[in-house]
Amino acid sequence: MSASIATNQTILVVGGGISGMTAALEAAECGKQVILAEKLPTLGGRTALLYRYFPKMCHPVCGLEINLRRLKGNRNVRVLTMAEVSAISGTRGDYTATLKIAPRYVNEKCTGCGDCGKAVTAEIPNPFNYGLDKMKAAYLPHGMAYPQRYVLDPSIVGTPDGEAAKAACKVGAIDLGMQEETIELKVGAVVWATGWKPYDAAKIQPYGYDRFANVITSVEFERMCDPHGPTGGKILRPSDGKEAKNVAFIQCAGSRDENHLRHCSRICCMASLKQTQYVREAWGDEGKSTIYYIDIRAIDRFEDFYQMVQRDSTVSFIKSKVAKIVQDEKTGDVVLHGVDTEGYKRYATPHDLAVLAVGMEPSIKGVSLPADIVLDSSGFIETAGDGMFSAGCATNALDVNRAVQNATAASLRAIQVINKTASMEKA
Amino acid sequence: MSEQATARYTNDFLREVEKNVEEGHWVKMCMQCGVCAGSCPLGSAWAHPPQEIFMMIRAGKREEVLTSDSMWMCTSCYNCMVRCPRQLPITHIMHGLANYAHRLGLSPKGQPTQATATLFWNNLIKKGRVNELTFSLALYFKDGFVQGIKNALNMQAVGFGLMKAKRLNPMEILGGHAVKDQAGLKAMIAKAREIEDRKKGFAK
Ligand SMILES: Cc1cc2nc3c(=O)[nH]c(=O)nc-3n(C[C@H](O)[C@H](O)[C@H](O)COP(=O)(O)OP(=O)(O)OC[C@H]3O[C@@H](n4cnc5c(N)ncnc54)[C@H](O)[C@@H]3O)c2cc1C
Ligand code: SF4
Ligand code: SF4
Ligand code: SF4
Ligand code: SF4
Repeated sequence: MSASIATNQTILVVGGGISGMTAALEAAECGKQVILAEKLPTLGGRTALLYRYFPKMCHPVCGLEINLRRLKGNRNVRVLTMAEVSAISGTRGDYTATLKIAPRYVNEKCTGCGDCGKAVTAEIPNPFNYGLDKMKAAYLPHGMAYPQRYVLDPSIVGTPDGEAAKAACKVGAIDLGMQEETIELKVGAVVWATGWKPYDAAKIQPYGYDRFANVITSVEFERMCDPHGPTGGKILRPSDGKEAKNVAFIQCAGSRDENHLRHCSRICCMASLKQTQYVREAWGDEGKSTIYYIDIRAIDRFEDFYQMVQRDSTVSFIKSKVAKIVQDEKTGDVVLHGVDTEGYKRYATPHDLAVLAVGMEPSIKGVSLPADIVLDSSGFIETAGDGMFSAGCATNALDVNRAVQNATAASLRAIQVINKTASMEKA
Repeated sequence: MSEQATARYTNDFLREVEKNVEEGHWVKMCMQCGVCAGSCPLGSAWAHPPQEIFMMIRAGKREEVLTSDSMWMCTSCYNCMVRCPRQLPITHIMHGLANYAHRLGLSPKGQPTQATATLFWNNLIKKGRVNELTFSLALYFKDGFVQGIKNALNMQAVGFGLMKAKRLNPMEILGGHAVKDQAGLKAMIAKAREIEDRKKGFAK
C-alpha cells in the first residue's frame, strides 16, 4: 500500500474503540483528513463486548450504530482494520507512523454471506467472547462488526480448510496469497485511543482464576449475559452448566493493589452494580447477588444507580476484600473466605459463581513510543508531547461517557495542530 | 489543612505509635480492606487480627491494644504482608507493638511467646551464645517444678536424638560455650539499648 493516502495535515487516530471513533469523527466532521487505525478486524473496541451500559442499561448497539452511521456518511475518515500502529517517530506536524497490517485473506468484494464459515471445519477460541467458546476459523467478529467483512484465521491458510473457504466464496473475495505488510504514514497529529485490557486475573493467586472453573472475570460475565454470547444469555456455571443463581462479585480484583495495579479502575464498582441487575433480570427474586467491596466508588451522578441497587432486596453488600477462594470439589461451589470488616466477623461463604471485577490495564504496552510520551506509574498516558494527544481509556480508567468527552477534547487539540501546520505551509 | 480540621482524625495514641513503634508510621496507610485478617492462619484463634489492631490504634484504644496478647500470637508467616494491597510491613508492626508493650510493662503476664522470648534473650546475652541445654530446661520449668519434670519426660526422646546428632551437648550444663570478647559484647548490647531507648522514647 502506498503512503500517499496521508499528508502532514492528516490526523492519525490509533485505536478504533468508542474513543477513537469519536475522536476521528469529530475531526472529520470539521473537515480534517483522518486515518483511523484499528488492530483488530473490527471497530468498536471493548464497548461492543458489553451486554448493557450503565447507567441507563441500554444496549451498546445504539451508541455504536450512531457512530457507524456518521462514519459511513463521512468521506474524510479512512478506516484501516487489522492495522496495528507499532511505532511513531518525529515531531509535531511531521510524524512518521509505522503500521503493521495483518492479512485478512478476504478483500472488499465480501458480501458477508457466511458461506465460507459454513465450508470451514476448523474452530478457534473466540476472542470476542474472551475465549469462553469457539468459533469457525472463517468468521465475522460479531454482529456489530464494522466492516461487515469476514476474516480467515491464518491457521487455516495452506490447509484444505483454506481451500474449502475459497471454493465456497461465489464472489471471489478470498485471496489466500495476502501477506503481512508494513507501511509508513506521514501525519501531522496523532490521537492515541488505544484503550485498555482486563488485568490478567490469574496473577491474583489466592483467587484461583487459573485453577477454578467457577471463578470468572467481569468481562466474561458480560459475554455470558449477552444473548449473542457463549451461553445464549444464560447465567450458567462453567464447571457443570448448572444455573448460577447465587453470584458473588469481588471488587478491586487486581486494582488498588501495590502488588497488581496501583490505581482504582473507577468503573468496576459500577460494572458490578450493573451486573447484579443482570442476575435479577435472569432469575427475578430467586437470584442473589453479593458484592464484596472495600468501598463502593460510584462517582457523582452514578450515586443514584448505587442507591437503586441498594434498595434491591436480592443484592447484599459485604465490606471486605476477599482473602481467598476455594472451589468445593463435590458441589462445584466456590467458597469465599475473609473477614467482614464491619464487626470483624470471619466468613466462609459458598456461592454458585464468583465474578472478579478485574481492573483496567492500559493496552499501550509493547508499542515503541517517542520519548515525549510520558506514562504515569500505571502506564496510562499522562502527557503525549506537542502534537500527540491521548483519548479515552488510554488516558485513564474511564466509563464510556467520560471516554467520549475526553476523546472530543483530544480531537479539538489535534485539529488545532493541523490548523497551525496548514497556516505555516501557506506562509 | 488546619490543625483543627484534622484534629478529630488523629489522636495521641496514633502519634505515639508512629513515633515509638518500629514501622509504626505505616499504620495510617491501612485502608481497612481486611485481607490481612482474612489471610492470617491463626484465624479466629486470637482476639484482634492486624486490621483490627490498626483500627484500634487509630481509635486511640491504647490500653486495649498494648495489653492485648494479639501481637504475641503472630507466627511471622508473612502471609498478610505479601498480600497487603498497601504493602504495610504488617508482621514487623506486630512485632514492634509487642516489643513496645513489653518495654512499657503492659504486655499480658505469662503469655507463652513473651515468656519464651524473654528466656531466650536472657540466656543469649549472658555469653553471646545460646546455651541450648539451659534454655530448654528453663523453658520446661517455667510453669513450675512438677510441670517441668513432665515436660522433660515428654521431650526425652527428642533430647536424646539431638544429643546423638551432636546438636545438644550435656556438658553445656557446666556453663557452656561463649564468644571470645565478652566485654565487647556487653558494650555492644549497651550501645544498642541506648539507641533503641532513644528511638522508642525510653531515653532518660
Ligand atoms: C466489566 C466492565 C463493564 C463495563 N461496563 C460499562 C458500562 O456499563 N458503561 C460504561 O460507560 N462503561 C463501561 N465500561 C467501561 C468501557 O468498557 C470503557 O469506557 C470503554 O471501553 C473505553 O473505550 P476506549 O475506546 O477508550 O477503549 P477500548 O474499547 O479498549 O478501545 C481501544 C481500541 O484500540 C485498539 N488498539 C489498541 N492498541 C492499538 C494499536 N497499537 N494499534 C491499533 N489499534 C490499537 C484496540 O484493539 C481497541 O479496539 C465497562 C468496563 C468493564 C471492564
Ligand atoms: S468471503 Fe465470500 S463466502 Fe465468505 S462471507 Fe465473504 S462473500 Fe461470503
Ligand atoms: S471502581 Fe471500585 S472495584 Fe474498581 S478499583 Fe475502584 S474501588 Fe475497586
Ligand atoms: S491488608 Fe493492609 S490495607 Fe488491608 S487491612 Fe490489612 S494492613 Fe490494612
Ligand atoms: S505474619 Fe503474623 S499476623 Fe501476619 S498472617 Fe502471619 S501470623 Fe498472621
